Amino acid sequence: MNHPPERVRVTGPPRHHGTARRPGTGDIDAGTRIGAILMGSLVGEQRRLALATLSLLAVSVGSLPLVFHLFPHLAEVRLLGVPVPWLLLGVLVYPWLLGLGWWHVRRAEENERAFAELVAEAMPDEEVDGT
Amino acid sequence: MIDSWAALVGVVLVAVTTLAIGTWGLRFSRTTSDFMVASRTVRPGLNASAIGGEYLSAASFLGVAALVLTFGADMLWYPVGWTAGYLVLLVLVAAPLRRSGAYTLPDFAEARLQSRGARAVCSVLVVAIGWLYLLPQFQGAGLVLRQAVGAPPWVGTLVVSLVVLANVTSGGMRSITFVQAFQYWFKLTALLVPAAVLVAVWVGDGAVNPADADGPGSAGIWSIPLGEGGAQGLYVTYSLIVATFLGTMGLPHVVVRFYTNPDGRAARRTTLAVLGLLGLFYLLPPVYGALGRVYAADLADGGATDTLVLELPRLMLPGVGGDVLTGLLTAGAFAAFLSTASGLTIAVAGVLGQDVTGRRYGDRRLSGVTAFRVGAVLAVVVPGVLALASMDVGVARVVGLAFAVAASTFCPLLVLGIWWRDLTAAGAVAGLLVGGLGSGFAVAWTLLTTATEGWAPVLLGQPAAWSVPAAFATMVVVSLATRGRSRVDARRFMVRLHTPESLPLDRG
Repeated sequence: MNHPPERVRVTGPPRHHGTARRPGTGDIDAGTRIGAILMGSLVGEQRRLALATLSLLAVSVGSLPLVFHLFPHLAEVRLLGVPVPWLLLGVLVYPWLLGLGWWHVRRAEENERAFAELVAEAMPDEEVDGT
Repeated sequence: MIDSWAALVGVVLVAVTTLAIGTWGLRFSRTTSDFMVASRTVRPGLNASAIGGEYLSAASFLGVAALVLTFGADMLWYPVGWTAGYLVLLVLVAAPLRRSGAYTLPDFAEARLQSRGARAVCSVLVVAIGWLYLLPQFQGAGLVLRQAVGAPPWVGTLVVSLVVLANVTSGGMRSITFVQAFQYWFKLTALLVPAAVLVAVWVGDGAVNPADADGPGSAGIWSIPLGEGGAQGLYVTYSLIVATFLGTMGLPHVVVRFYTNPDGRAARRTTLAVLGLLGLFYLLPPVYGALGRVYAADLADGGATDTLVLELPRLMLPGVGGDVLTGLLTAGAFAAFLSTASGLTIAVAGVLGQDVTGRRYGDRRLSGVTAFRVGAVLAVVVPGVLALASMDVGVARVVGLAFAVAASTFCPLLVLGIWWRDLTAAGAVAGLLVGGLGSGFAVAWTLLTTATEGWAPVLLGQPAAWSVPAAFATMVVVSLATRGRSRVDARRFMVRLHTPESLPLDRG
């Protein structure tokens, strides 16, 4: 952040000033194409993350009834005297759910941080918009 | 008859402590905003305890152990589903719902869809689900007090109603937050301490492994989490999973708590903490169910399993020790009724206070707090009277059905409203009606009939697996057919739902 500002060729007065007091965020406020792309990237990223977490949940926990249906003999398998279905549904599932949640919260906050940086970076590029 | 002194002392202590903490919290409750949402300043740790305290109802405290004793491992899906429901809520709803800035589900519907009609349908559904969930709480309180101290059933119902009304109408959300946070830790202790003692007794006895004990059902069926097995067992299990995983986000008393978070990020962290607290609590009820199979198998034969948790200490540990543990457990069960009933009353009173008692009638109009109080009285009196009038509806079944209705109505509304820009008011209303009427019909049919043969009772007894997809499909299809409306508002609303509050954006 600390290197000197780049030299730029001045070709004329800035075309629009005053209209966008908060460029970048202003694009989102005004509903420009860039604003739509910025918002679309955030919502799309969060939606993908949500689907990933839910898929993990469905595959890990949601598949268990089918597994027990197909392999009923699991009920006779025991670890430390506890039948495996009991161990899975009574104990192990809870730390797993907490772990999934923790992972999801971390990723969702990362996505928001990345979005905030993106919006901040978009500020000097406001003229790309071309409106 | 249980020697009742310990139980009586426990119940009185819980009622008095609840009122005392509520009164103490009253000192912080000054404005309408305090009343409704605790002015949105509750920290994640405190808020998560409060959510846990409110969510863990008698169905969790007493019902799970009873169901596990009778039906075995497939009943473990209830606590798993009730916890996983919070993960789904965390992933799909928590932060955007808080950022929407709405207080109740009807507020959300109106802000998102700009439609008074959608708001009205949501209000009716909140009150219906709230009452459906309150009814078993009041009835269960009556049963527990009768079991513990020999009081007639209406006494428990009346005591719970009065304590809840006193707390809710005097301090609102602010003081209830303290009460419920206390009640989570109290319920955990009340279940953990006796469980530790009883497991020690079981080890000391050198008694048989619960999985090998002579209980209801053969050992094999008892250990497999699939009901009776076969296609129907598979359907019932998956339908239960759909109802609990997706229904949690649509329960009115759960949703209302999210508005007390300071911002979307805190809402996520609160939900994560709730996941931890629920997982900790739900380790315990199956222990009672398993020990019950060794020591109280005849309870299941008699059909009186709802009192298993309360009776087990006496059966395993005769004398004063067992009495004290039973007293602790009775007090914990009573705390469960109080906290869940308080949360539901707040939620229903919030909706009634905004949409019914807070409206202008002639040239009279009640102030915000007064309307909320009148709404609270209505919210308690109606299910209270119903609970007194009909003493036998099956506590656990009604709670399960409330989840199915919530999953069939508010889950599609929230998920599509938050993640799909093209949802229209017409689509939302159509989907709410299809999901609400479908699951509502199943509820009525299940409560009013006793048939158990064939697929009809299976499909209607556990409707979520068909009613939830039907509601989603209706919302999508009708929204696509009516998409001509302007989307500018939805765009602005999406910005509000998904962007972090730290960014200076126009949120409408």
